[in-house]
Amino acid sequence: MKKNILLFISTALMLGFFGCKPRNAQDSVSGDAASRVYVPPGQYDEVYNFVSGGFSGQVSVYGIPSGRLFRVIPVFSVDPEKGWGYSEETKPMLNTSHGFVPWDDQHHLALSQTNGEIDGRWLFANGNNTPRVARVDLKTFRTAEIIEIPNSAGNHSSPFITENSEYVVAGTRFSVPLDSENGDVPIDSYQKNFKGTISFISVAPEEGDMKIAFQLLLPGMNFDLSHSGKGPSSGWFFFSCYNAEQAYSLLEVNASKRDKDYILAVNWKKAEEYIKQGKGEKQKVRYAHNKYSDETHSATSKIETEVTVIDVAKFPDIVYMIPCPKSPHGCDVDPSGEYIVGSGKLAALIPVFSFSKIQAAIANKDYDGDYSGIPVLKYESALHGEVQKPGLGPLHTEFDGKGNAYTTFFISSEIVKWSLKDLSVLDRQPTYYSPGHLMIPGGDTKNPYGKYLVAYNKITKDRYLPTGPELSQSAQLFDISGDKMKLLADYPSIGEPHYAQGAPADLISKNSLKVFRLDDNKHPYVTLGEKNSKVVREGNVVHVYMTAIRSHFSPDNIEGIKMGDEVYFHVTNLEQDWDVPHGFGIKGANNAELLIMPGETQTLKWVPDRVGILPFYCTDFCSALHQEMSGYIRVSPKGSTVPLSFSLGQNSRPLDSLTTK
Amino acid sequence: MFKTIIMKKFLIISSLIIFVFACSNPDANNDAAAGSTSSSTNAKGNPSYDPDRGEGKFKDVQISEKLDEEKAARGEKVSELKCLSCHKLSDERLVGPGWKGTTVRHRADWLLNFMTNTDAMIDKDPKVQAMLEICMVRMPNQNLTDDEAFEIYEFMRKNDGVE
Repeated sequence: MKKNILLFISTALMLGFFGCKPRNAQDSVSGDAASRVYVPPGQYDEVYNFVSGGFSGQVSVYGIPSGRLFRVIPVFSVDPEKGWGYSEETKPMLNTSHGFVPWDDQHHLALSQTNGEIDGRWLFANGNNTPRVARVDLKTFRTAEIIEIPNSAGNHSSPFITENSEYVVAGTRFSVPLDSENGDVPIDSYQKNFKGTISFISVAPEEGDMKIAFQLLLPGMNFDLSHSGKGPSSGWFFFSCYNAEQAYSLLEVNASKRDKDYILAVNWKKAEEYIKQGKGEKQKVRYAHNKYSDETHSATSKIETEVTVIDVAKFPDIVYMIPCPKSPHGCDVDPSGEYIVGSGKLAALIPVFSFSKIQAAIANKDYDGDYSGIPVLKYESALHGEVQKPGLGPLHTEFDGKGNAYTTFFISSEIVKWSLKDLSVLDRQPTYYSPGHLMIPGGDTKNPYGKYLVAYNKITKDRYLPTGPELSQSAQLFDISGDKMKLLADYPSIGEPHYAQGAPADLISKNSLKVFRLDDNKHPYVTLGEKNSKVVREGNVVHVYMTAIRSHFSPDNIEGIKMGDEVYFHVTNLEQDWDVPHGFGIKGANNAELLIMPGETQTLKWVPDRVGILPFYCTDFCSALHQEMSGYIRVSPKGSTVPLSFSLGQNSRPLDSLTTK
Repeated sequence: MFKTIIMKKFLIISSLIIFVFACSNPDANNDAAAGSTSSSTNAKGNPSYDPDRGEGKFKDVQISEKLDEEKAARGEKVSELKCLSCHKLSDERLVGPGWKGTTVRHRADWLLNFMTNTDAMIDKDPKVQAMLEICMVRMPNQNLTDDEAFEIYEFMRKNDGVE
C-alpha cells in the first residue's frame, strides 16, 4: 500500500513536473506557420520593414512575412561596400562639429506621416552617440540629409514624428552643460550646470529638408523615448524621462531610487507660439548640416552657428510632468490619441494615462508641486488606469487599431496583448529571449495596418547554429490577426535592432527610382558620353573623367601619373537600365571601392604609393564580359618625363586632339 | 461513319478541354491582359511574332524620304551619350555591331521597337538572338524616350547616306 502511495506521488510529481515545463518553441509554432511566411519565388512581400541597426549605425530593410533581408542602408557608419563615407561625394555626409565621424549607434526610426498615417516618403533615423538625425529618401533608399543636434549628448528620444511630419524630435539622454557655456566644470555640479534639451526639427513639406526650429531647455535628467500626440492630442508630444534623482555616477542604483519618474507632456503648439513671439533666446553653437543632392550626386556639409532655445521654467504652460512608476522607458500613444502608455522598466504594472484627464488636471491646476519649476500633475488625476500583473519589466507598446495594445516584457521575456478599454490581459506569448522593441506595421500611427507583429529580442542564446561568442540578434514574427498571437518565424538581424517601422509595400514600392537620368546629371565632373572621357592634370592633382558601360571603362589605359600625384577617378555609369551598377576598385587604394548606380557619377581619391603598373576593374558583375572590364594605370617616379596620356582600344587618341565637352 | 463523327467530336471536345486548362495559368492570363512583353517564350516559329517588325509599340512607321537634319543632329548627341560606347559608325563590331547599313538591314519599326523594348526583343527576336551569340553582351536597355529613338533612327539614316 505504501509502495502504491509512493508510486502515485512520484507519478503525480513527474506529471506535474512535465506539465509545468515552459512551452518551448516547437509547442508555440502552429501548423500553418510555414505557409504563412512563405513568399513564392518571384512574388513580393506584403510589408516593408525598416529596422534600426543599433551599434551598426545603419538601417536594414526586410520583407514581411518572409523575413528576407533586402537592403542595408548606410546612414551613420561608413560602408566600404557602397563607398559610403569613402567616395568624395559621400564623405561630407558624415561630417560633424567633431569632424568626420565614421560610426554611430542608431536606435529609432520614424516614417513620415500625413494626417497621422504613413505616407511612404521619408524615413528618419537617430544617431545616439554623436547626436544626429538623418532623413532617408524612400525613392532611392539612400540617406539624403543628416543634421547634428547641438546642446545634446546621447540623442535617444528621437526621431519621433508629428502627424503631418511638421517636426521630428530629439531629446538628450545625457544631460550636459550647454554648448555655449563653459563645460569645464566639476561633474558633481550636475544639478547646477547640466541641462537637458528637446529639439524640434522642422521638416519642409515638399523637399523634406530639416531645420532645428527650436530647443526646449529642461532640467538635467535623462530623456528616454517619446511619441507624438494625435487626433485629440494633436499639438502635444510625450517624453519618458528617468534619473529624476539627477545622479551622475552608478546610475544603475542611484537613478532608480525614487518610486516614480516622469512622463513629460509637451504642448509644442504653445512653444511654437512663444517662438513666433520672439520669446526664444538665440545661442551661439556649432553643428553640421549635411545634404546629398541626387542632381549633383554630391553631398555638401555646412556648419550652422545658431539655435533658438526657450527655457520652459519661464513659460510654465509649455511642459507638464506626469509621475510614472519605476524609470519609464517606452512612451506610446494609442491610435485614437487618447491614451498614453508609460512603461516602467522595473515595474510590474503598466500605467495608462488619459489625454482628456491630463487636460482636465491642467485646467484645474491639479498639481502635486513642481520639478525645477515645471508643474507636476497628480498621478491619479492623469491616470486612465493600470494594467495589473501584465508581466515583469514592460518596455514598449504598439497597437493594432482594434482596441488592443501589445507590450514587450524584457524581464519575463514575453509579449502581452491587453485591451485599452478595460485594461485586461488578453493573451501572452513567450519570446526567445528578452524582447526590447516591437513593431506592428503602422502600429504607432492613427491607422495601424496590423496583422503582423515583430519582436526584436536582445538575447539569442540557443536559437541559431552557434557562431562563436556573438550571435546575431533574433527577430520573431507573430501573426496577430486572431484573438491569440501566433509565432510564425525567427530570423536574424543586422547590428542590434531597437525600434522599427513597417508599411504596406505598395505605399513605398510605387515610388522607387530605377535609374538616375543621365540628362539630369549635374555632377561637376560628369562625363556625358565616352567621347568626353579624358584625363586632366592640374599641378599634382589629376582628374580622370571616366565612363563605365557594359563592359569597359573609358579610358582604360592611363600613363604619365607620377609619385606625389593625387588622382581623382570620377566615374560616370552610362547605363540607363535598372539594377546595373558598376563598381570601381584599384589596387592599393587606402579607402574602398565605388559602387556607381546607373546614370550616377562617383569619385574615388587615390594616392599612388609606388612606381609601377596598377590595375583597376569593375567589382560588380555586370555582364558576360564583366571579367574583361578592367584597365591599367602606369605610375612613374616623381619628375619623370612620361607624358600624360589615356586611351581605350582602337579609339586611342593623342591628348592634343581631345575635344572637351 | 456515325461512330467516327462521335469519336471526332469527342476528340475535339477533349482537346478543347486540354487547351482551356493549358491556358488557365493565372499569371499567363494576367500578362496577356496587361499587354506585358516580358515573357521569355522563344518565338522562333511562333506565327504571332513578326520578325520584320519585332515587338513593341511601333508598327508601319512612316518615314519621309528626305533626311531631317535637325532630328539627326539630336540623334547624334543622344547616341554619343548612350550608344557609341559600344557601337561604331562603320560596319566594324565593337561590343555590339557597327551601325553602317543598319537602316537597310532592318525596317524602321523593328529598330525603334528594339531600341525601346530591348529586353523583350532579346528574348524573342531570331535576328537579335543570333547577334547575341556573336556579341555575348545583352544590349542594355538605355531607357530611351520615343522621341530619342526616332532621333537615333534619323542619325542612323544619315550614317547610311540618306540626305
